[in-house]
Amino acid sequence: MKEKIDTAAETAAPNVHNPEYLVDIQHERLSFFTPAGEVKALNDVSLHVKPGEVLGIVGESGSGKSVTAYSIMGLTAYPGRLIGGDIWFNGHHINEMTEKQMRHIRGNEVSIIFQDPMTSLNPVYTIGNQIREVIMLHTSKTKKQANDRARELLTLVGINEPEKRLKQYPHELSGGMRQRVMIAIALACEPKLLIADEPTTALDVTIQAQILELMMDLKKKLGMAIILITHDLGIVAGTCDRIAVMYAGKVVESGTTDDIFYHPAHEYTKGLLQSIPKLNEKEHERLIPIEGSPVDMLNPPAGCPFAPRCRSCMKICLTRMPETDMSDEHFSACWLLDKAKFEARGEEKA
Amino acid sequence: MTKKNPLSFQLNVDDFAPATEAERESLVQLRPSVSFWSDAMRRLRKNKVAMVSLVVILVIMIFAFVVPSFYPYKYEQQIKGALYLSPMHYSEDEQAAIAAGQKVFPHILGTDNLGRDYAIRVMMGSRISLLVGIIASAIILIIGSIYGAVSGYFGGKTDMIMMRIVDIIYTVPDILIIILLSITLRTPLENLAAKPGWGWVQTVGTNLISIFIVFALLYWVGMARIVRGQVLTLKQSEYVTAARALGAGSGRIIRKHLLTNCIGTLIVTTTLQIPSSIFTESFLSFLGMGVAIPMPSLGSLASDGLNGINSYPYLLLAPALLISLIILSFNLFGDGLRDAFDPKMKS
Amino acid sequence: MAKYIIKRVLMAVLTIFLVATITFFLMHTVPGGPFVAEKSISKQAQAALNEKFGMDKPLLVQYKNYMLGILHGDFSLSLKQRGWTVAKIISTRFPVSAKIGGLAVLLALVLGIPFGSIAALNRGKWADNLIIVIATCGIAFPSFVICTVGMYIFGVHLGWLPTYGLDSVKSYILPVCALAFYPMAYITRLMRSSMLDVIGQDYMRTAKAKGLSTSKCLFKHALRNAILPVVTYLGPMLAYTLTGSFIVEKIFVIPGLGGQFVSSITNRDYTVIMGTTIFLGALIITMNVLVDIVYKLIDPRIQLK
Repeated sequence: MKEKIDTAAETAAPNVHNPEYLVDIQHERLSFFTPAGEVKALNDVSLHVKPGEVLGIVGESGSGKSVTAYSIMGLTAYPGRLIGGDIWFNGHHINEMTEKQMRHIRGNEVSIIFQDPMTSLNPVYTIGNQIREVIMLHTSKTKKQANDRARELLTLVGINEPEKRLKQYPHELSGGMRQRVMIAIALACEPKLLIADEPTTALDVTIQAQILELMMDLKKKLGMAIILITHDLGIVAGTCDRIAVMYAGKVVESGTTDDIFYHPAHEYTKGLLQSIPKLNEKEHERLIPIEGSPVDMLNPPAGCPFAPRCRSCMKICLTRMPETDMSDEHFSACWLLDKAKFEARGEEKA
Repeated sequence: MTKKNPLSFQLNVDDFAPATEAERESLVQLRPSVSFWSDAMRRLRKNKVAMVSLVVILVIMIFAFVVPSFYPYKYEQQIKGALYLSPMHYSEDEQAAIAAGQKVFPHILGTDNLGRDYAIRVMMGSRISLLVGIIASAIILIIGSIYGAVSGYFGGKTDMIMMRIVDIIYTVPDILIIILLSITLRTPLENLAAKPGWGWVQTVGTNLISIFIVFALLYWVGMARIVRGQVLTLKQSEYVTAARALGAGSGRIIRKHLLTNCIGTLIVTTTLQIPSSIFTESFLSFLGMGVAIPMPSLGSLASDGLNGINSYPYLLLAPALLISLIILSFNLFGDGLRDAFDPKMKS
Repeated sequence: MAKYIIKRVLMAVLTIFLVATITFFLMHTVPGGPFVAEKSISKQAQAALNEKFGMDKPLLVQYKNYMLGILHGDFSLSLKQRGWTVAKIISTRFPVSAKIGGLAVLLALVLGIPFGSIAALNRGKWADNLIIVIATCGIAFPSFVICTVGMYIFGVHLGWLPTYGLDSVKSYILPVCALAFYPMAYITRLMRSSMLDVIGQDYMRTAKAKGLSTSKCLFKHALRNAILPVVTYLGPMLAYTLTGSFIVEKIFVIPGLGGQFVSSITNRDYTVIMGTTIFLGALIITMNVLVDIVYKLIDPRIQLK
């Protein structure tokens, strides 16, 4: 495919940070420079999180949701690199921060918990050691004080017998308990933002509910904002204030939870909602999947990435990327919106 | 932020017409699917180091097996008056013969302490080393894979007993036993060689036979463990269960699923066993427990060459470098095979 | 845990016993006995020697006597070195080999672990490629090649280092380096792949997300995990060092146990061969068991309370 030069970005005015937002990502572009070529993981992503708000980022594997979140913390893995856009967090302009400055805010102002609690904890050190580590790194507490705090945290996240647990190793705990420990580590320094990357995917359904409940509970207690990343629409329904739907490195729709669930505007969002099997469906009803296969990120198409799978695909969708203006509360990156406006104008004129 | 005027890009009505199937299809790029073997071979061909190693191995094999048949000198042939010639030099007698119009093939690597052309000895030495490596690895492959497959297939108590035996054999220090065996088998084998039809035993050398016997007794355990592990894992693979669920019979499952996945490991392990066997043989030959004189092995040539290290370094360096090259090439090629067969991407 | 230790120790004792038995019976299948080849000995002298060494008794009695003797540290007398007991030979020569072997192991660890780590951290760059090349050569080239080529370059050609004996500190350099080359290369490759594996683990990401500096992440989190496979290699490495000493001591003419073993083979000093084989075999087996137990102790995942 021939490369499309993004003339819009070149001629646009520089991004301006909105100080009301805790997290403000504008037109972020990020690529991984692999031996096979440049993988354009993020292709103009814009989203924001207000203090104390819960934002859900929803999308399939490879849509770029984790990459976006990691870029806030500067955890982008080699060979990835930010190649466009701006990221602001808590007043810091992430693009311009040095590695040393980033280390100050990691674990401190922003924390993250990962998908697989089995492998996210170092198997050769005790739980206590791993919690104390982050406390003593960012505060001036002594080892004893850090230990007391660790015990407090374990109780906070609902782990019983905290004194005993501190001396145990990760393999001696269950999956749910390990995830609670991860949460304890993440909250140790009372961050303003907690990023949860598919926190419940690796856990049983019953434990899932417990962990989510715990997170919401802690959010109320500590007043932090949460970015909840998942591919499961069921999880975001009960927990998130706002939702951003991502596909192929773009945010294709964003709005409040009600907006997304009751008034989906983008064909992809509609497709996702339709494909959820419903309990009250009649027997022998076919499941409705989204046809086609995901995009090859080495050679993303020039137009809307969802075009080949979209049932309302128009000619323009194949050749040009729809706008990604985020000023509206409920926004959808789709030419259909413009078509409506276009027709309205046409009718006006006529 | 103001919204950009949709009309500013000069859109027209046609742009909003629905796209046809054909137009949508053209955007969908599917990577072609490949079969396991062609994929592996393709990866192998791309691996420059492995390809170069393969070429080196083939060249050495030609020199070891093909060239000696055409070579004007024999490995045991002692030329009078041509002792300790430096590479590309002639003895006085030979020079006289050349002056008289005779054609004398140059001694590319000179001669040794008994006037034997060194190049042919080095070539024969390579032949012995390669033969030992390949035969030993074949023995290990056959014994090890059968033992491992049986143990893994039957499982349960059979497996447990067989693996206990493997554990004990594994703990026994092999080099010591090889040395012991070669000492003790020397006389009985010599007696055997005296009998009609067994003369070849004398040529090959009792030590070499001992080496083969020990390989057959001790060295197959590594291969057995690997094959057993493979069979055990593969027996329970989900794709085996899936194939069965789809109605595939045992024969098809074994052929298409179990064996195909095993073969890769078998080939790689055997290829990497060859340099290991050559290593062991040259080690023993160096200590004087390898092939019988006058047949040369690269190890024994190096050992003899050590004595003249001050004055005739080439006698030592030629076989030393050659054996290193052989072992290195096999190792690199084996590594390349392993990377080619491993579906997980390396980088 | 205790059950495991007991099981391993019993296995080890069984195997050592097996090795001793195999050695004994193999040695005694050599027809004619050790004195037959001695041309200078008369028949009566032969008979006297046979009686002295107890070789006129039935085989099983000899076996029993020998085994009992070993338990008391008595490996009988050397057949060819008059006046020496085998035990004395072993105890005199073994410390020499142990010194060289110990230094070699130390060198291999001190160089191998950092090299492997550096290679892993600079994956794909020139440092990595260079280290891989050296390591691959190190494990491919047989020890006698390293020894002889090293001797040729540094001893004969450049004349910097002595090529035989152990009289000066300098004379240790060539043998120790030559012996250490293979294990160092092996450890480098092992460390490299182990480190690469560890760096890609999720808990490394957690460590970075906590705000730890790169060096802290590496030394505290990565190294501790990456070094575990190297511990498992210690057992085989020791076995290699012992057998490698045969070559090194022969080439550099060092009065160690390995060289003694090789020469006693040529001399057909059967009691020394037997004693040395059993001693070395027992050593290898014991070290392997010790290393296994140590590994189980330091990896918390395997702690069986």
